[in-house]
Amino acid sequence: MENILQQVGIDNYIYLSTLLFCVGIFGVLYRRNAIVMFMSIEIMLNAVNLLLVAFSTYHQDAAGQVFVFFSMAVAAAEVAVGLAILVAVYRNHNGIDIDNLKKLKG
Amino acid sequence: METNLALLLLFAPFAGFLINVFFGKKLGRNASGILGTLAVTVSFAATLFFFLQVMNTKVPVMVNLFEWLKLANFTVNFSFQLDQLSLLWLMFVTGIGTLIHMYSISYMHDDENMHKFFAYLNLFVFFMITLVMGSNLLIMFIGWEGVGLCSYLLIGFWYKNQTYNDAAKKAFIMNRIGDLGFLIGIFILGYLFHTVEYDMMKTELTNGWPVDKTWLGIAMLCLFIGACGKSAQIPLYTWLPDAMAGPTPVSALIHAATMVTAGIFMITRLNFLFNLTPDVLEIIAVVGAVTSLVAASIGLVQNDIKKVLAYSTVSQLGLMFLALGLGAYEIAVFHVITHAFFKACLFLGSGSVIHALHGEQDMRNMGGLRKVMKITFITFLISTLAISGLPPFSGFFSKDEILMTAFHHNKVLWIIGSLASIMTAFYMFRLLYLTFYKDFRGTEEQKHHLHESPSLITFPLIVLAILALVGGAISLPGMSWLNEYLAPVMAKPAEHHHLGNTEYMLMGIAVVGALIGIGIAYAKYIKKGEVPPADAEITGVTNVLYNKYYVDEIYTAIIVKPIYAIGSFFKNVIEVALSGFVFGLGRAATLLGNEGKTIQNGSVGFYLLVFVLGVCSILGYIFLVK
Repeated sequence: MENILQQVGIDNYIYLSTLLFCVGIFGVLYRRNAIVMFMSIEIMLNAVNLLLVAFSTYHQDAAGQVFVFFSMAVAAAEVAVGLAILVAVYRNHNGIDIDNLKKLKG
Repeated sequence: METNLALLLLFAPFAGFLINVFFGKKLGRNASGILGTLAVTVSFAATLFFFLQVMNTKVPVMVNLFEWLKLANFTVNFSFQLDQLSLLWLMFVTGIGTLIHMYSISYMHDDENMHKFFAYLNLFVFFMITLVMGSNLLIMFIGWEGVGLCSYLLIGFWYKNQTYNDAAKKAFIMNRIGDLGFLIGIFILGYLFHTVEYDMMKTELTNGWPVDKTWLGIAMLCLFIGACGKSAQIPLYTWLPDAMAGPTPVSALIHAATMVTAGIFMITRLNFLFNLTPDVLEIIAVVGAVTSLVAASIGLVQNDIKKVLAYSTVSQLGLMFLALGLGAYEIAVFHVITHAFFKACLFLGSGSVIHALHGEQDMRNMGGLRKVMKITFITFLISTLAISGLPPFSGFFSKDEILMTAFHHNKVLWIIGSLASIMTAFYMFRLLYLTFYKDFRGTEEQKHHLHESPSLITFPLIVLAILALVGGAISLPGMSWLNEYLAPVMAKPAEHHHLGNTEYMLMGIAVVGALIGIGIAYAKYIKKGEVPPADAEITGVTNVLYNKYYVDEIYTAIIVKPIYAIGSFFKNVIEVALSGFVFGLGRAATLLGNEGKTIQNGSVGFYLLVFVLGVCSILGYIFLVK
């Protein structure tokens, strides 16, 4: 483990996860397809997971990695709920373009 | 046994009230009238029993029902006291009450709300008994308020007429001013003595309880203001003449014989306190004397038969207050009793006349009734002689005692009182001549229907006339049964006027004065046969008197109008400003909401953008700025 960290360096992990996170953000902001937005959110989540694991290794503390397992489990549940919502949306609107979801307008 | 009988005395009229209120309509006219009369008769019988008992044993009957209020060092009991004074009052309240109930059965027979009338009348008697029987000031206050309420209900009994309603409201509001004074007086007395029981206050005083004289004076003055309201003294007298809007039996019972004497009862009840504040007594005497003169002078020119009697009542009450102010409580009580007899008789007599004329009250349209209404005429004549103060009628003794006492204390008050008496003799005989002598001046149709009233009406008249004739016997000068009887409730023994030359001269002057008044009336209305002119032709001083010195107008200008002005100021300015401010806040919130809701445009992308920007700015703030 330490080997890997020495080979690549903690800062590169930080850069990578920042990059992934930004990709996720821009994906959420620019795409109109709900599934793609959903995937972008997953990217953001995984960027954070990656950073957690990296720091966990850096600090020689397994707690971060345990935490990631929890995070992944929650993400799996979230995906189940999210996809179910998307199916429901699709049935009602015949599509999953979020620009059509304007019923909650004030 | 005594407790039960006392409760029966108190609650018989109340039971009558309840039955008449709930079942009166079903019972029918006669039954509800008879029931109401019986209820008061029961009270009268119970009163008679106690009266005879207390007269023999001279021991007052105390009935303590329960403890009503208990504060730190202040207890009020719900208890009643049947002593000499309250029993005397109860005697004529229930006695005259019975007669007037009986009279009303016939008088109100054609009224659709007869059961309601008897319900109110019974309720009135109940509250009057409460007022008189209570053993402390708070119980008296219950009765005091209750009779005020009944007075209001009965003045406005014919509620379809707006003027009558206004008169009822006027009576209620004017009484309210006095009641406030009464209440404040009670509070101060409670503060000073830590009790409002009459007996305990008396005991404390004899035991040398320290009393602040200034506060006591204020309390007595406040109580006197209360008495002014209830007993129609200056400046709160204007409601009583207007109260004549009520049915005539009401005027006789409430506004002549019983309720209006409540103020005198209260002052007599608290005579041991009033004796300590001579300054207040002085004020009472002056107010009483001035009231008697002012009211008598207004009575000189009134043309409504009941208005004359109303002003006469105010004037006589003024004389009673004069006696109270001079410390002669027994004499005031004496005049209350004789006045109750002859004034009730006069009112009922006028009611009989009004009944015969189908509601006509203007004396200009009467005359000559002597021939058709013999019993009414004779009883009316006796009462008129009594009120004018001619011997041997009852009014002579009581009025003469008052004037004699006034003469010994203050000559000016004596002159004022004597003038009022002369005026009384004049206007009463003016009334008598205009109503019963000469020829009938009403319409032909009325003339055709003229008749003597039925015996239910004439019987009370006869009884009251007999009492008015012989009532003076209870307190003859020199050998007064009344003074002896009342001695236990009086703090100071009654003054004994030695019947010397001065006293006989004073009697002579009083009789001559009354005869002069009668003579003027005779010359004017019999010899010359004058009839008071129509309203438009009244001029000069007469006009001022006819319009009651414009007191009502003055009150309207200096009290009613400013209050209305304040009211409309608050309604039009303050109310508008305040509600404008509150509504403004509401409108601003609505506006903001309407603008704000456009931000929530339903576009998820926009929400997300804002969300990200928000998170970025928070992060930026945390990492860069801090």
